[in-house]
Amino acid sequence: MSSKKEVCLSGTGVTKVFGFGSKKTVAVNNIDFQFHSGELVSIVGESGSGKTTLIKMLLGLTSVTNGDIFFMGEKRDISSHRKKKEYWKGIQAIFQDPFSSYNIFSKIDSVLLDCIHMRGGRRLPREKKLKMMREACSFVNLKFDEMTNKYPFELSGGQMQRLMIARIFLLKPKILLADEPTSMIDACSRATILDMLLKLRDEINMMIIFITHDMGLAYYVSDTVYIMEKGKFVEHGNADEVVLAPKADYTKKLLSDVPKIHEPWDFRKSGKS
Amino acid sequence: MNKTILEVNGLSTKYITRFREDVYAVRNVSFKVEEGHSLGIAGESGCGKSTLALSLMGYYFAPLHYISGDIIINGKNISGLKPDQVRKNVLGTEIAYIPQAAMNALNPTRKVIRFIEDVMYAHGSKMSKKEIYDLARERFEILNLPADTLHKFSVELSGGMKQRTVIAISTILSPKVLIADEPSSALDVSSQKMVIKMLHDLMDLGFIKAMLFITHELPLLYNVTDDIMVMYAGQIVEKGSKDQMIFDPIHPYSKGLMGSILVPEDGTRNIKLTAIPGTPPNLKNPPTGCSFAERCKYATSRCKVYDVEYTELEGGRGSRCLKPEHELRGLYDDGKVDFSNE
Repeated sequence: MSSKKEVCLSGTGVTKVFGFGSKKTVAVNNIDFQFHSGELVSIVGESGSGKTTLIKMLLGLTSVTNGDIFFMGEKRDISSHRKKKEYWKGIQAIFQDPFSSYNIFSKIDSVLLDCIHMRGGRRLPREKKLKMMREACSFVNLKFDEMTNKYPFELSGGQMQRLMIARIFLLKPKILLADEPTSMIDACSRATILDMLLKLRDEINMMIIFITHDMGLAYYVSDTVYIMEKGKFVEHGNADEVVLAPKADYTKKLLSDVPKIHEPWDFRKSGKS
Repeated sequence: MNKTILEVNGLSTKYITRFREDVYAVRNVSFKVEEGHSLGIAGESGCGKSTLALSLMGYYFAPLHYISGDIIINGKNISGLKPDQVRKNVLGTEIAYIPQAAMNALNPTRKVIRFIEDVMYAHGSKMSKKEIYDLARERFEILNLPADTLHKFSVELSGGMKQRTVIAISTILSPKVLIADEPSSALDVSSQKMVIKMLHDLMDLGFIKAMLFITHELPLLYNVTDDIMVMYAGQIVEKGSKDQMIFDPIHPYSKGLMGSILVPEDGTRNIKLTAIPGTPPNLKNPPTGCSFAERCKYATSRCKVYDVEYTELEGGRGSRCLKPEHELRGLYDDGKVDFSNE
């Protein structure tokens, strides 16, 4: 974890409004944030709280209605496709559904080769590229020799998500946006994916923004937790502070709805055996 | 001793693929659920949880086929019945099934009350529409669902509401057993809690006598059911009460599974999560010996050769491992089970 607290990504008054007039929906409502490099931030909220809209704005996939986003201290400029591509070298994402994240027509080799090319390795000799791909695959415990000449849809969900992490390993972005990367895979592979993300963060010192609705997961992985309700951050701070001593009512409600193992829910009336 | 509501003896079912290959998805499963009790089934994806749920209904359609075993609900054996009889006499009245995407089952062009009428008339009810409406209204009110839901179309309801409506519809005939197959995993935590509360209410009010709850989320299972059963490769590997299973598992596989629990509680941040390497065996050719031997850290050469029987321990527990209980406990004493160094 980095000792220097350099601001990596920040925003002032970021707002997103869908629709006009009476159909107006404010998805993200005038929020300010400052994320530091090397930090692991979680954004927790229910469905419909605007988490995914925020992520799309950060990635530049949807326009920002109002407000500014600053990347590495400078105002973000993604007005042309070329500038967008340049921006994406520094910011990458892993999405919830690994099955629809890949282009079904490209093989695993070309998925990984694209990443090498994007980093400016287009002129490298083939052996060098193969070595890089092999290294990336072994980082996520995939065997490259079994992967080559296969299509992503031939893999299982957990393997696909690991391949996604291998891509990130090759791209070495400054920021990774992870939009519920473990919600479609079962608890056992979840541990593997999380361990790999944490290992990768230490390796290339990137910042991870974790989007989730699972408080347990957020508490386990993150340094800082932001709680989002109806397009606003209602609470933020150190993970221990927010989860163990919540201040906002919404956080308390969210925490009481999460199944726990040391203080079980009490629905049952007495007299049941 | 409570009355046994659901009893399963040596149930085996298989899938026949279009290449005429047999996939043995449920292998020799036996268990009992008593009246007023709920049983949770946990396991990785592909371990046969959902196939077991489908098999328990006794309603087999291709590619799922029945091999052997008995399913006894409230003293009545339903395993030998024809599909038509099952549909008329078992589904809805004896057993009800709620799949994960149950909310998609509602036809968007019909009102909720029509589905309830359908269910009643399909089971030979002679009630008038007015009587059915009164019954449905009463039931919805008991279950804390607004009664005007009955006059709504499914598109007007939110995800959690839809799921609860479907549960209310499928239990309208008060089935003995309710099988809930991941009923809340598509919902967020607040709606999930409401769905779970409703299932509890159904049990408490006696509309259902026993419940099977399937999920891979262990903290949730701990909050919902009385007993937990862990499945692996189509077999039961361990069964016990929820406290025994979560805090004191015996079988190496359950031990590994319990090491992947994430909860927002003090002290859970510094625990290292365990991940079991490898993938479950291919059930086209189930391995000889213990199915878990290949991924088990403690496996010996004996494990891969000898078939392992499910052994009952005291207090209703049971586990499927060659090593006796005290030996396994000795293995865990060196700290946390860690599969990751392999």
